Amino acid sequence: MRMRAPLCSRRAGRLVFFLALAVLLLLTVLFARQLCPYDPNAQVFETLLPPSAEHLAGTDRLGRDLLSRILMGLRTSVLATLFLVAAVTAAGTAVGVLCGVLGGAADGLLMRVSDVCLAFPSLVFALGVAALLGGGLHNAVLALAVIGWPKYARIARSQVLALENADFIAAARLAGDTNGQIILRHLLPNILGPILVTAVLDIGTMMMELAGLSFLGLGAMPPTAELGSMMSDGRSMLQTYPWVVLAPGVAIFVAVAVFNLLGDALRDWLDPKNSARGESPGRTNETARETP
Amino acid sequence: MKRYIAKRLLQLIPILLAITFLSFAMMRLAGSDAVLQKMENTGMVLSQDVIDAARAELGLDKPFLTQYFVWLGNLLQGDMGVSYISGRAVLPTFLSKLPATLLLTAVSLAMTVAVSIPLGVLAAVRQNRLTDALIRAASFVGNSLPNFFVALLLMYVFAIRLGWLPVISREVTLPNVLLPALTLAIAMSAKYLRQVRAAVLDELSRDYVMGARARGVPFRVTLTKSVLRACMTTILTLLALSIGSLLGGTAIVESIFMWDGVGKLAVDAINMRDYPMIQAYVMWMAIIYVFVNLAADLSYRALDPRIRLGGERP
Repeated sequence: MRMRAPLCSRRAGRLVFFLALAVLLLLTVLFARQLCPYDPNAQVFETLLPPSAEHLAGTDRLGRDLLSRILMGLRTSVLATLFLVAAVTAAGTAVGVLCGVLGGAADGLLMRVSDVCLAFPSLVFALGVAALLGGGLHNAVLALAVIGWPKYARIARSQVLALENADFIAAARLAGDTNGQIILRHLLPNILGPILVTAVLDIGTMMMELAGLSFLGLGAMPPTAELGSMMSDGRSMLQTYPWVVLAPGVAIFVAVAVFNLLGDALRDWLDPKNSARGESPGRTNETARETP
Repeated sequence: MKRYIAKRLLQLIPILLAITFLSFAMMRLAGSDAVLQKMENTGMVLSQDVIDAARAELGLDKPFLTQYFVWLGNLLQGDMGVSYISGRAVLPTFLSKLPATLLLTAVSLAMTVAVSIPLGVLAAVRQNRLTDALIRAASFVGNSLPNFFVALLLMYVFAIRLGWLPVISREVTLPNVLLPALTLAIAMSAKYLRQVRAAVLDELSRDYVMGARARGVPFRVTLTKSVLRACMTTILTLLALSIGSLLGGTAIVESIFMWDGVGKLAVDAINMRDYPMIQAYVMWMAIIYVFVNLAADLSYRALDPRIRLGGERP
């Protein structure tokens, strides 16, 4: 049984704080264009200037203001990741709920498919897709989405199965609710918590994977500013002009950390019992224990 | 048990066949073919006749299914074709890169075990104290750093600032493996440390731990003789599962450090659209994936007698 910590607890305070940080980050990327001190694509400055009052993060090898590039790159990374996570969460939850409610052959088939996807390393899959369809941010997002949905389907399905025999569902059925009504009014609101926590904790991982693909030249293409491709672009200058490489890296770290902190706080708030015990022990344990 | 393994091995055949077909079909459907690609690479403009002749030479003019069966027949004889770029046979090239990846995997796994198990146990034992908080903070940072950033940071600190190790070296030697292995180990340790901590905490909360304490058994003895032994199976299984993603998923780290393994080979092949090489990598990943999962299922069974696999009766 999940218990929520009281609203005025320390956990709630932490949640509000990290939520505020995440909102701040989101506002930064949404208004990145307005916040840029210079045009991010204008090659008008001296090349490879070190950080200074005029260029807080220096300039890159084409004479572009690095801070402006980082802001726009952060925008690309964060928005693409949020889109990706929203897509896999929605698709996975829909599949999981339907599998849980309907059961039968479709359930069996979809769960086998999800087994395959869960076990396959997602970055390798994305590399394969890039090999087939070519690089580009769209293909990278598509690849990570195709391999990413089953996690959510699993969670949604197990939550639905756990709730299916609850009295309030039986009561709703007796009252004449259809499957659709039961899903929308009774099941979804009760299963969203764990799904939301997983989704928020996934933002960081997905952001790193997308940036990794761009780093390999298989994600965002120039001249689009993207943090991974900026770092890849500058890596030959690590020895001579390290800020060109390290500044975008710090930006990724900050963004990933903000979403991870938010995810941890959200989990603690929704499920205080679990956080006292620590992380969930992971796939192996669960698989080993759920089989009678 | 033997029958179960035999059955699982037989099941692999259709799976692997399906994978060969899919990888072949998708590569062919992906568009640009090797001849056009070669033309682009060399910047030459060729007449249609020359292009057709080159296609006929590579067998690209035959019907799709014919191409597949020819390819599959060759594959079964260990012939995976010739690289479109280097012109050398794919399989020997691929196999020659394998030891480097195996070494990288082994060293990073050893580092992960050496870091994550002691720290995870320590954090669990000192739960909610300063040590625990520090270890968890370190694990949080490790989890939030993309591995290419870790790679570049390590390179910057150890190779450029301190000058302890060469920045980039193509040779596969023990000192050269340290930085790429450390990069992989940092991310993995951050992850496994949490799982070790959780597993140990889970075990520590059981009644027998309290019972042992009540009977005056020293905590150290309970920890090493009972708790750790009980957790170890879970932990080792988790680590074994990560071998799969390590063997194939080291592409980014390998290409940053110019480590001459299969991950770098794959990234290079993808960038050059070297289809036969990409197919070799896809097959490699499929084989690893299938075998790691088999190994995992078998280990669950060996570790937990409650699991009856494949409906087999005891």
